[in-house]
Amino acid sequence: MTVSSVAPGADGVGADAVEAEPVPPPGPGPATAAGRRAPRLPWPGYLGTKLVGAVVSFFVVLVIGFVLFNLMPADPVRTMTRGRPVSPEQMAQLRVQLGLNRPVWARFLSYLNDTVHGNLGYSWQYQQSVGSLVMSRLGPTLLLMGTSFLISVVLGLWLGMRSGWRAGSLFDRLTSGTALALWSVPTFWLGMILLIVFSVGIGPVSGILPAGGMSDPTLSQTGMVHYLDVARHLILPAVTLVLVAYAQYVTIMRSSIIEQLGSPYLLTARAKGLSDAAVRRKHAAPNALLPSMTMIFMQLGLLVSGAVTVETVYSWPGLGYLTYEALKIPDLPLLQGTFIVFSASVIIMNLLADLLYRVLDPRVRAT
Amino acid sequence: MTALDAPAAAGAAVRPPRFESARRFARAFLRRRSGIAGLAVLAAFTVLALVAPLFIGPDQLDVTRVNGPLLASPSAHYPLGTDQAGRSVLLMLIYGSRESLRVGVIATLLTLVIGSGIGIVAGHYGGLVGRLLMHLTDWFIALPGMPLAISLAAVLGQGETSITIAIAVTSWTGTARLIRAQTLAVEARPFVERARALGAGHGQIMQRQVLPNVMPLILVSSTLTIAGAMLSEATLTFLGLGDPTSVTWGEMLNQAFFNGAFTADAWWYILPPGLAILLVVLGFTLVGRAVETVLDPRMQERP
Repeated sequence: MTVSSVAPGADGVGADAVEAEPVPPPGPGPATAAGRRAPRLPWPGYLGTKLVGAVVSFFVVLVIGFVLFNLMPADPVRTMTRGRPVSPEQMAQLRVQLGLNRPVWARFLSYLNDTVHGNLGYSWQYQQSVGSLVMSRLGPTLLLMGTSFLISVVLGLWLGMRSGWRAGSLFDRLTSGTALALWSVPTFWLGMILLIVFSVGIGPVSGILPAGGMSDPTLSQTGMVHYLDVARHLILPAVTLVLVAYAQYVTIMRSSIIEQLGSPYLLTARAKGLSDAAVRRKHAAPNALLPSMTMIFMQLGLLVSGAVTVETVYSWPGLGYLTYEALKIPDLPLLQGTFIVFSASVIIMNLLADLLYRVLDPRVRAT
Repeated sequence: MTALDAPAAAGAAVRPPRFESARRFARAFLRRRSGIAGLAVLAAFTVLALVAPLFIGPDQLDVTRVNGPLLASPSAHYPLGTDQAGRSVLLMLIYGSRESLRVGVIATLLTLVIGSGIGIVAGHYGGLVGRLLMHLTDWFIALPGMPLAISLAAVLGQGETSITIAIAVTSWTGTARLIRAQTLAVEARPFVERARALGAGHGQIMQRQVLPNVMPLILVSSTLTIAGAMLSEATLTFLGLGDPTSVTWGEMLNQAFFNGAFTADAWWYILPPGLAILLVVLGFTLVGRAVETVLDPRMQERP
């Protein structure tokens, strides 16, 4: 049941989303005929397989991006010049300028070449290169997503461990019920409600937190004052993302702990006379953590989705807000840029999760 | 079938086994309170959505024809207040359920068709085709859904159709994996081997043997898929990818947020659509989980 030995065709039957064996972004599967008992690849081979898989995934992203933004739009020139007086000659010239008169494969090759070299095109709306726009917005997004990811993982794993250990108890039912309700809340609406309560204020009570943006332009932009100001602006978006994201982790960790409940090694630990808390923390939790971590990294895409809406609601100057600004126009090169950067970061995180799993798995460490 | 069983059953009503299991399923489902609560919520919203056109027409919803006060707080005449164009929020809320549910259901149907099609084919053809399809699924799972859906809907243009397509394209992967696993299990059973021995082709096995046997699973997964689809629909519409003239919950929240209700502290315009989305999504999730628990023998021993 290890990640590297999932052969195509060896999945559990009727496995649901949580219990399904996590499958890494594909590469040539190392195990085929030998099935689950296949010997593990040594490190270099494993690393190579995963790297090739990640590169292939990124290539697929590029192909999708090309089809989506370069082939599907009927006429980019018409979209660009919508609402402006343009003569047909000017439009024809613009097409030549954009290289739209060249054959598809030539356009694809130059698109590949450009993207791999970090040239993501030119934003119609901002009149500057998409690459520099994306880079300037990367920091705020990393700050917001990193903070919320850390908090929600710690919170979710802890709650999931406690509620799975006493499955069916009042604590478990409360935790699972809250998680279920929060999962059903639209992220942007939760953001709006928090914004009203804590920033606009209800009735006579005025708001205590800033309504949006990342810093107050009237304050100094450096030093301690600035950091505290950014932290104050970070509270509401981060809390919104945590509330939406942690529920997933509770579910994952809870079912992972429940899987462990009947295990003989827990009986052994109890027979040794360990307290219930010690059995849970020292024995059950580490074993339940392994599969949970992989699932958590696999679901990073959800956090990205949340970031797009949360950043829009709080006008947080990150990649998600940039995506929103791009789709209003729609500014296709900019949309393509954010799509590629989001996808690439998810692929990289999945790759890291695969490597981390291999490092953390005691069955491998021992050999 | 009946001819063989009839002597044994001697007079007693002979029920085909399929209906017997359906009855057993219904009885087990009715014992789960959360599932019933979810079902009740869904039934209420469905009825509202169906009868809405009987008492709500363009007179109440067309921005150019209404003449209520702008952004007024709740009163006897407008129980949930009015929006920035003077329409009754309560009527918009009721009418909005129609399109929100419709997009959710259609997107889910599309998702299930794509997902189970790919899942069955991938499970049936084990070789190169199956592996390629599974790799395709894994690639799509790795893609962040929201940016892809936004890009797709933006490229296809504003409106219900492009939102539906965007949701289906980004959410079929879970169904495909589930159905492929189930297809593998079904194909290992003797009656498929029997059909193959009798000369059934690939198409016939997939249609006549596999599809009816994975159908219950497809239906079960549909309730959870709808929940996700309705959330995605609300999000995409909120971001401005919907048709601005239509009345949906996502569209209401979009207008509330970007057209000033927000700064006017118009909570009566912001709370109801979100609560409606929350209730319907929760309803589908509760029903889906109850059905899952009833059908999954492993879950029954567990608390």
